Amino acid sequence: MSGSPSPRRTFVAEHIHVLPKSGIREFFDLVSTMKGVVSLGVGEPDFVTPWNIRESGIYSLEKGHTAYTSNLGLLPLRKAICDYVRSDYHVSYRPEDECLVTIGVSEALDMVMRAMIDPGDEVLYTEPCFVSYPAEIRMAHGVPVVVETREEDNFALNPALLREKLTPKSKILLLNFPCNPTGATLDPATMQEIADIAMEHDLLVVTDEIYSELLYEGTHTSIASLPGMRERTIFLHGFSKAFAMTGWRVGYACGPAELIDPMMKIHQYSIMCASTMSQEAALDALLHGRRAMQEMRESYCERRNVIVNGFNRMGLRCLMPKGAFYAFPNITSSGMDSVTFAKTLLQEEKVAVVPGTAFGACGEGFVRCSYAAGMDRIQLALERIAAFVERHK
Amino acid sequence: MEKKILRLLQDDCRLSAQEIAERIGAEEALVKDMIRKMEADQVILGYAAVVADDRLPDAKVRALIEVKVKPQRDGGFDEVARRIARFPEVVRLYLVSGGYDLLLEVEGDSLQTVAGFVSARLATIDGVLSTATSFQLKKYKESGKIMSQEDEYERLPVTP
Repeated sequence: MSGSPSPRRTFVAEHIHVLPKSGIREFFDLVSTMKGVVSLGVGEPDFVTPWNIRESGIYSLEKGHTAYTSNLGLLPLRKAICDYVRSDYHVSYRPEDECLVTIGVSEALDMVMRAMIDPGDEVLYTEPCFVSYPAEIRMAHGVPVVVETREEDNFALNPALLREKLTPKSKILLLNFPCNPTGATLDPATMQEIADIAMEHDLLVVTDEIYSELLYEGTHTSIASLPGMRERTIFLHGFSKAFAMTGWRVGYACGPAELIDPMMKIHQYSIMCASTMSQEAALDALLHGRRAMQEMRESYCERRNVIVNGFNRMGLRCLMPKGAFYAFPNITSSGMDSVTFAKTLLQEEKVAVVPGTAFGACGEGFVRCSYAAGMDRIQLALERIAAFVERHK
Repeated sequence: MEKKILRLLQDDCRLSAQEIAERIGAEEALVKDMIRKMEADQVILGYAAVVADDRLPDAKVRALIEVKVKPQRDGGFDEVARRIARFPEVVRLYLVSGGYDLLLEVEGDSLQTVAGFVSARLATIDGVLSTATSFQLKKYKESGKIMSQEDEYERLPVTP
């Protein structure tokens, strides 16, 4: 190949070039080199998808259902989704044009951002948050605007802090409650206050409710169900967490037709449709998976109690999260920053947790510990962390 | 709460009252009381290990036996069932609907001992009309536990 001219310019788009890689990725590479690690670093259920659901996926293949589905997704699945959202979230959507089956909430989120953001539009979101949010906003040429959530507010979104960040360019408010990585939820009064702000400032609310079934205290309210909110809300949900179906990649977006339609255009051109086999399995999850889901939730709740009490006993202050499957203990008493704590813990005790800073700068002083791990693993991890904390007092 | 305690114990009967209390978010003393009460009420009859006995060097032989019984004027099937239940060889016994009346599981050291028990002790009981014996060849699932689990599925150690 000698003599062929090398490129004289950078081919990579500037906004992607400057986009940082996920902080989790870096940590993952480190963990992967080690053996015998007890991991509390996993953001997915440790359960295998319930057998009935898996069996439906197998049956779909047996029947030879291997073709594309409608761009929006299988109609029976959309009907089941709309029924489920109506009964459990108290919002009505039409299966024909207000529900779009996606490749997980990730794709839905990407489409929302690409379909709704004009360059320079500001998107408000909370941190600590799921690692993709700011990146998704930037990839769509939006401006991410962080509203920090704080330990003293139980990591709920404080409406006063939200107001401080509003500008004439604010367009979207992205919510994720119950929250990854804090497990925080919003009480109805706070949610109403946030809805009022959204209406007052004419914001589009995008609500990622992927953890909403995994709630251990109280009842879940979707902001989409509050008076006046349906028309300005896109409701994102999926099967990954509640039905332990992460690898199937099925999610959905529900919203008024005039908001779903532009997302459908992107989906149609870039994706076509979600996997047919996965859609049929997802339908089974909605029709027959509730009991299995409730059993998993009960199991997470037990593990939550054990892990959170464990942290508090060893002197790491940890709020009792109301939802999701993450504990977010405060590790400042160790005198270490989050990354040092996580790296040293990994090296000395072979326990993997994720530094809070992977979820935003204000995650400093915390680590995320997933309790979507077997009770024996959790107990082993707690023993090792306790020994670590004791040693570094 | 009783249900929650039972579910945990059925899955792992070695859990202490303190561990159960922490998991379900209840007082340890209350959990202890409830377990004692369930034991007294014979809701909990015992605490046993689930054994994959075909892995044992001197594995026991087990058979399922369908028994037809002539019901008695007073007591129906209960009298005969109680007599059968007293034999230590009988590990399970049910009254069932369908083509026969009692279904029992019998355990013995060898094929011969089980066969001997059926012909000498069981078939001769007054009221037993007939027996049909099926020897167990392999156990796939017991007490909700699948025998010989598949290899553990390797997941990514850290994910978002």
